[in-house]
Amino acid sequence: MNVLDLLGFIAVCAAATFATRVLPFVALARQAEHPLILHLGRYLPPAVMMILVLYALRDFRPLADGRLNIAADGWPMIIASLVVVSLHLWQRNALLSIIGGTGAYMAMVQLGWTP
Amino acid sequence: MLHNDNAWRQAGVTTLPVMFGYLPLGAAFGILAIEVGIPAWGAVLMSLLIYAGAGQFLAVALLAGGAGLVEVAVATLMLNSRHLFYGLSLLRRFQGAGWRKPYLIFALTDETYSLLTTHTGDGGLDHAQAFRISLLNQLWWVLGSILGVLIGTTLAFDSRGIEFALTALFIVLTLEQARRLRQWLPFVIALATGFGAILLLPERHLLLGAIGAASLMLLADYRLRQAGGAS
Repeated sequence: MNVLDLLGFIAVCAAATFATRVLPFVALARQAEHPLILHLGRYLPPAVMMILVLYALRDFRPLADGRLNIAADGWPMIIASLVVVSLHLWQRNALLSIIGGTGAYMAMVQLGWTP
Repeated sequence: MLHNDNAWRQAGVTTLPVMFGYLPLGAAFGILAIEVGIPAWGAVLMSLLIYAGAGQFLAVALLAGGAGLVEVAVATLMLNSRHLFYGLSLLRRFQGAGWRKPYLIFALTDETYSLLTTHTGDGGLDHAQAFRISLLNQLWWVLGSILGVLIGTTLAFDSRGIEFALTALFIVLTLEQARRLRQWLPFVIALATGFGAILLLPERHLLLGAIGAASLMLLADYRLRQAGGAS
């Protein structure tokens, strides 16, 4: 692939990605104080965060196809998540929760440990 | 200048979990890009100009598959259309951000959105700090890509599992949102649409489907409240 083709390809990807990000700001610039926009601004972020958690854990599907069906990293993922939740409810220190959970996950995955 | 240094340090601490996620993910992208024959400068340029995790992996796949430009544009728009909903909920927050606003919009990844919407609290996060956080996040991503390009295909150290940092970040941010909001509604909606999407949709439409459906349900909730005459 020559340089110009690659540059064109990158330009298209960059433009399409930016378009999805900028569109609401351009199209709805005057509606920022509309009660519906405020409603979404209040409730959408927590909903998105919860969805991102589910998305990140999506490989854990114990009941897919009606039988036990767990990916190799499934249980470590769930256990490490519980570590994060426990640490956070206990100390409420974001960095501690994240490092604790990630450390637990890395240890389980690298040592090949799974219940 | 002391105040400024402090602000950067704070932004650094805030973005630390994203760094743990973006360095390995960016490196994975760099390695993949080199593998399919994209030159090193091309891979780094993609992380500078496109700056979208899943989007860039898709781009590499499309490039390797010899997809046409129209196909590339449509696929990228589809994959990233969840960003539309992010912008919706940040319209007011980004007001008055001045020269920083175009970059704040450009750099709106899942992770940056999560940080910006959670750490705002009681006006605690101004535009300058949002800008620092956004910039640092992209820095981690670009550094990761450079790392991946340098490593090529041989991983020197065992970092398996470190990408869980992003999952942990999302969990912590969800807990923080719940603590602040103290209402069930958005979480119930998210669980319903999230599980629904996981069960019903193919992986590439998962996020858009779940977030789109959640937005529609919040819209319905808004209509119901209006009809009920609630303030």
